[in-house]
Amino acid sequence: MPRTLIALVEDKPGVLNRVTSLFRRRNFNIASLNVGRTEKPDVSRMTMLLDSNDADARLVEANLYKLVNVIDVQDVTNQPSVRRDLALIKVKASPEQRAEVVNLTSIFRANVVDVAPESVIVEITGTEDKVESLVELLRPLGIMEMVRTGQVAMVRGNGSGIRYTPGANGNGHEENKKPIKS
Amino acid sequence: MQKSGAEILWECLVREGVDTVFGLPGGSVMPIYDVMLNYPVRHVLVKHEQGAAHMADGYARASGKVGVAMATSGPGATNLVTGIATAMLDSSPIVCITGQVPAHLVGGDAFQEVDMTGITLPITKHNFLVTRADEIAQVVREAFYIARSGRPGPVLIDFCKNAQVEMTEFEYPDEIALPGYKPPMRAPREDLQRAVELIEEAERPVILAGHGVLMSDALEELKIFAVKTQTPVAMTLLGLGAMPASDSLSLNMMGMHGEAPCNLAIQNADLLLAFGMRFDDRVTGNLRKYAPTAHKIHIEIDPSEVHKNVHVDAALSGDLKTVLTDLIPMLDEYDHDEWLAQIGEWRRESEDRDILFWPEDGQLYTAKVIHDLWEATGGDSILATGVGQHQMWAAQYYKFEQPHRLITSGGAGTMGFGLPSAIGAWFAHPDREIWLIDGDGSFQMTQAELATAANEGANVKIALMNNNFLGMVRQWQEFFFDSRYAGTPLNNPDFVKIAEAHNIPARLVTQPAEVVPAIEYARQITGPVLLEFRVEKEDAVYPMVATGAALDEMIRRPDRRSKAVGV
Repeated sequence: MPRTLIALVEDKPGVLNRVTSLFRRRNFNIASLNVGRTEKPDVSRMTMLLDSNDADARLVEANLYKLVNVIDVQDVTNQPSVRRDLALIKVKASPEQRAEVVNLTSIFRANVVDVAPESVIVEITGTEDKVESLVELLRPLGIMEMVRTGQVAMVRGNGSGIRYTPGANGNGHEENKKPIKS
Repeated sequence: MQKSGAEILWECLVREGVDTVFGLPGGSVMPIYDVMLNYPVRHVLVKHEQGAAHMADGYARASGKVGVAMATSGPGATNLVTGIATAMLDSSPIVCITGQVPAHLVGGDAFQEVDMTGITLPITKHNFLVTRADEIAQVVREAFYIARSGRPGPVLIDFCKNAQVEMTEFEYPDEIALPGYKPPMRAPREDLQRAVELIEEAERPVILAGHGVLMSDALEELKIFAVKTQTPVAMTLLGLGAMPASDSLSLNMMGMHGEAPCNLAIQNADLLLAFGMRFDDRVTGNLRKYAPTAHKIHIEIDPSEVHKNVHVDAALSGDLKTVLTDLIPMLDEYDHDEWLAQIGEWRRESEDRDILFWPEDGQLYTAKVIHDLWEATGGDSILATGVGQHQMWAAQYYKFEQPHRLITSGGAGTMGFGLPSAIGAWFAHPDREIWLIDGDGSFQMTQAELATAANEGANVKIALMNNNFLGMVRQWQEFFFDSRYAGTPLNNPDFVKIAEAHNIPARLVTQPAEVVPAIEYARQITGPVLLEFRVEKEDAVYPMVATGAALDEMIRRPDRRSKAVGV
């Protein structure tokens, strides 16, 4: 089962490169990676889907902590959480086929966001599974182009994800929360 | 007060306690070099930037302080790379300052522009690109903090030329702003408790002491732990000196060229206590056959090392000294008499069978020369080495009673590390006796730094073991490639003449009877001196654990006593 990890990182030049370089260097497989802004102006948030087992997820977390610019890492795979992926799918649709596309789209509560003479663009937001299902249904009609954002995730309520390496970056350790004196 | 970026750099370096910088100037660092003359810093001019990085590394290892290397942009900076990787793999705290083309030219392939933060990304603990003068103070402060704290390592500052000349207000930062950098210090109580349970159950425990013991200054705690729990201590190459070699609980070096009793103890243990080490393949042998009956406890400051190579039963992420200080009061005293008696038996068998016998055939043997050097120096000199057979013999036959005496490239195995790191160590400890044991292959890689040694009057005594081979590779060819010596025979220059060309006194030693007098001769000289020992060409380092073999499947030393008796 793919693991979902969330990392909070400093919003500085080159940080994305440090993270991806780490995955390459340590031979970790990323299924998807999403980077975006957060409620804090100087912090970015990454959501990673990894094809790995528990042991590898732990190593990924520990290695991410080694990056100076990484503030926090959580594994939310087994936490109650909201996960969303957004896809734009351009489907071949002559005027006769359009109704079928619109029909499928509405079943999935997706939107048609563009109509052209021979194609439409469908926008769908949902879990990976849901997006996957619609894609499979649209495929026989002819998918001309598709783009997906990769999954983003947020833990429900006040919970947070698992941290495998207590102590790293001060998580779970009062002693480490003291301000750094040279 | 307004200062230039270059001045701010030196202001910050001086505040970090830097008094020695190893480097070589060039176009992109000229403003830095220009104002250097106004600050109380000794600049050591190297002949090649690799030497600067290794000198900074040797300085750091010998002093415990952060070493500083400096180079210009482009080729100057790329020449540092081997030295940075060496420091990274051995967790040595160095800060490398490289010049960079002006910020507005970065990315345009300007003259001598190389993407140094890109190149060094995987071989530094962290790196910085400085494009404005007002960033410098904060960056230098953070660079030194990152280099020396937690698991130490190299940090590179790539310094754009425009930022060196820009004027800005200088204010030394009080605070470090690194929200994502907090190395773990203490292990959680429940993890400590788990470790205590495993220690209580153990009947055949072994401590594996690594570089971390030295780096976190946990020598006293190690000693107390070992004595209280009567646990023998095996050491990694970089951990040598963590426990005095002569201590009855010391097993000396483990691993590929570790002594037989040590490797046997590890393979037969029921508990391994890994203290500040990372289960490198050179110490574990075949991982699938590694210590099959042992529970494992890993105390390690870098959480990414835990479960990396060896799955452990209890992981204590934290600073070794702090964790041991927490752990020791939780333990009772234990006896492991039966286990220690078993190890004693292995030790006797090994002493009987394979240690310290050389044929008296008129040849010089590197191991014997090192043994003589150890006796002559009372085991108390700082010893730097290159990489290869001589390095392993030095680890085996120079018995370290003190920490921070051996300066050697472990993880990277960087040939050419010896001479520059010895020079760096001399700058850290100009009053101490410093020897370099080097091989003919290793030595020639950074031989240019002989000139630096001569210029600086570095009191480094060089014992060059010349066997006209890249010896370790030759040994592998002998064992595993049917003695087909591809690319390993060395047709060497006259090393004595090379030394003399640098006004360095030198002596050639070819007879066993000349060894001790030559060592004494070198010890009388202040300043660099070179002894070339023409040693047995096809000698091999034993014991040896071949690649893929388990740690106790060693190729033992051939029995040379019969020959010795025959002479």
